[in-house]
Amino acid sequence: MKLSLTKVVNGCRLGKIKNLGKTRDHTMDIPGCLLYTKTGCAPHLTHHTLRNIHGVPAMAQLTLSSLAEQHEVLTEYKEGVGKFIGMPESLLYCSLHDPVSPCPAGYVTNKSVSVWSVAGRVEMTVSKFMAIQQALQPDWFQCLSDGEVSCKEAASIKRVRKSVDRSLLFLDNCLRLQEESEVLQKSVIIGVIEGGDVMEERLRSARETAKRPVGGFLLDGFQGNPTTLETRLCLLSSVTAELPEDKPRLISGIGRPDEVLKCIERGVDLFESFFPYQVTERGGALTFSFDYQLNPEEILLQQNGTQEEIKYVDQIKKMEITGCNREITSFEINLKEKMFQEDFNPLVRGCSCYCCKNHTRAYIHHLLVTNELLAGVLLMMHNFEHYFGFFHSIREALKNDKLAQLKELIHRQAS
Amino acid sequence: MAGVATQASLESAPRIMRLVAECSRSRARAGELRLPHGTVATPVFMPVGTQATMKGITTEQLDALGCRICLGNTYHLGLRPGPELIQKANGLHGFMNWPHNLLTDSGGFQMVSLVSLSEVTEEGVRFRSPYDGSETLLSPEKSVQIQNALGSDIIMQLDDVVSSTVTGPRVEEAMYRSIRWLDRCIAAHQRPDKQNLFAIIQGGLDADLRATCLEEMTKRDVPGFAIGGLSGGESKSQFWRMVALSTSRLPKDKPRYLMGVGYATDLVVCVALGCDMFDCVFPTRTARFGSALVPTGNLQLRKKVFEKDFSPINPECTCPTCQRHSRAFLHALLHSDNTAALHHLTVHNIAYQLQLMSAVRTSIVEKRFPDFVRDFMGTMYGDPTLCPTWATDALASVGITLG
Repeated sequence: MKLSLTKVVNGCRLGKIKNLGKTRDHTMDIPGCLLYTKTGCAPHLTHHTLRNIHGVPAMAQLTLSSLAEQHEVLTEYKEGVGKFIGMPESLLYCSLHDPVSPCPAGYVTNKSVSVWSVAGRVEMTVSKFMAIQQALQPDWFQCLSDGEVSCKEAASIKRVRKSVDRSLLFLDNCLRLQEESEVLQKSVIIGVIEGGDVMEERLRSARETAKRPVGGFLLDGFQGNPTTLETRLCLLSSVTAELPEDKPRLISGIGRPDEVLKCIERGVDLFESFFPYQVTERGGALTFSFDYQLNPEEILLQQNGTQEEIKYVDQIKKMEITGCNREITSFEINLKEKMFQEDFNPLVRGCSCYCCKNHTRAYIHHLLVTNELLAGVLLMMHNFEHYFGFFHSIREALKNDKLAQLKELIHRQAS
Repeated sequence: MAGVATQASLESAPRIMRLVAECSRSRARAGELRLPHGTVATPVFMPVGTQATMKGITTEQLDALGCRICLGNTYHLGLRPGPELIQKANGLHGFMNWPHNLLTDSGGFQMVSLVSLSEVTEEGVRFRSPYDGSETLLSPEKSVQIQNALGSDIIMQLDDVVSSTVTGPRVEEAMYRSIRWLDRCIAAHQRPDKQNLFAIIQGGLDADLRATCLEEMTKRDVPGFAIGGLSGGESKSQFWRMVALSTSRLPKDKPRYLMGVGYATDLVVCVALGCDMFDCVFPTRTARFGSALVPTGNLQLRKKVFEKDFSPINPECTCPTCQRHSRAFLHALLHSDNTAALHHLTVHNIAYQLQLMSAVRTSIVEKRFPDFVRDFMGTMYGDPTLCPTWATDALASVGITLG
């Protein structure tokens, strides 16, 4: 696999990763995102409905938390998780945890890490972990690591140091086991940068991990709420500065469009796409504009329709802040709201997704009010397509030197 | 004068059924329904999409499975989102974006299923809403009015429905009232050129009452007839006899819609008895409980026995689920919280029902329906002679022997 950079603008890396996968003929664009899955399947979506989405990323994210229990099944299956889940054509990255579900703390030891599945805790030593990866046969996998520091408030420096030490030890052990396995050599290990909020430890983790023959890096422990990210951005820059240019940098737990841009500016290449899923689960549709070519009024029209509607929406937005769901971002509309009951517009005017081409806000509202399963299906299709479109626009903006405009547009919408 | 004018318009009720083939032994027929949103081959199974959605699958997926007619429900849609909104959305077709045919039930069945929330008088059915406690009166006129707004291709009369386990004078009362309500529905129907109003034969499990209902209702020149009041808790032995009685007295040149029938065996037997159209929530509902329909019955895919079963649900099935996924994967997915598991099974179960009806139809057209029935029963029960007694009796009554 080979990462080639086309250009670097303000710290943002634009490029391609080529020769990916077992057949070495897949390509991924960076900056980009991975397709979020739950138990090897995009949430709510079958192959048919997934195929309806434009711009689905070449690589999907699987989580060990949802698949660790399939160890025995996959060992007997022999043909790898890609074929098992019905995605033989997709590149696969296996992360430890699901970015949506918080991990309970207190379960990492010097010898093992636990993941949390539907059925309960699955404890993995290095050898069990590698045995599972041998059964899964993903293209990339996150190395076993101690990421617990981000689950805790104010971890002690001793604990932070331990997270770096353990992760490096796990990495070395995993690399050793990989060398002994022909099957595992076909997969790429992604080294994990730990170190909490301690600059010294972050740098140590970055430098030491970079010495190992990993295929890429996962920047762990930067997730949290918007304020925590702000304080960590400086750490992030320092970390990426220590990493080789020719290996991809992934980050976990970052999904909001404004945060994505901030991380890209600090040298991050790949993100997860759990954010559109979270929006879907609360009955939301992503409506933020990433069309930096349009003027602000045109953007509002696209999102909300006529002049009257724009004024009404502004009023509603003010009311929304006091509403019950504090997680709702300003990048979305909530289709459960009564104002959409008779709105026969698509979710976003001009959006070419299946949902917007075939259905109205009024219909989605009805499906949500009546608790119908189709609501999740249609919203997921729109939200994924919208989010993938956002990443496409980032790459276009970088290509055409319009990043500043895109940044300004996104930050204006991040109330 | 008004009476004569009504008479004339009744006689010009459209002939929507074209018979293509008939079984020379049994009463099975293959045909074509000419409906405003396209032709539908019969016998046909109609999946139920109660609230303007087919339970987690898109209209595109439903179309791709070959479905050309499905159901919506007047009672539910009348409450949420309401007929005015649906009318603004270009009818139910526009609201849910379904390009093919729709059939709406009148709300009559909810009188049984929601019996604790309903009260019947000559005027209509009074329902208490489970959502906000408010009361609505669903009269024949109101039901037709809502269905006119929904714009479905086939609309059902409001009938006075009693559970098939009820006996006594209530059954007779309901039968006669259904006739009176049929006439009120016909009178209230504003769009006979665009929407086909079907009558529903009642009479419970009483042969005399049913015969009376048949005699009276067939005097009304409606485009089609449904056989109602069955598929509840009655014994299968009584069930088939009422179906057979009904088909023997219904006109041949109009479609016969047996309401609420959906298990595979029942479908095959009732086609033999002369029914053309069927609907049932069973296949879609059972999918959401993790049950996949197969020619030998069903697979409870959540069970551990499927954990390492790497074959598809049915290797002969052409549906997208069977083309791509194994029982083992579906088993794993069913134990996760990803709703996609349910959608995979919904797709398969609808495909199963539609493929079954298609195979039945082909066998009628190719003049080998009795052989098809024997094969079907053999697969389902291990041997045609192991078929349930009621089914054997029903088939024998129309000249098909199984042993």
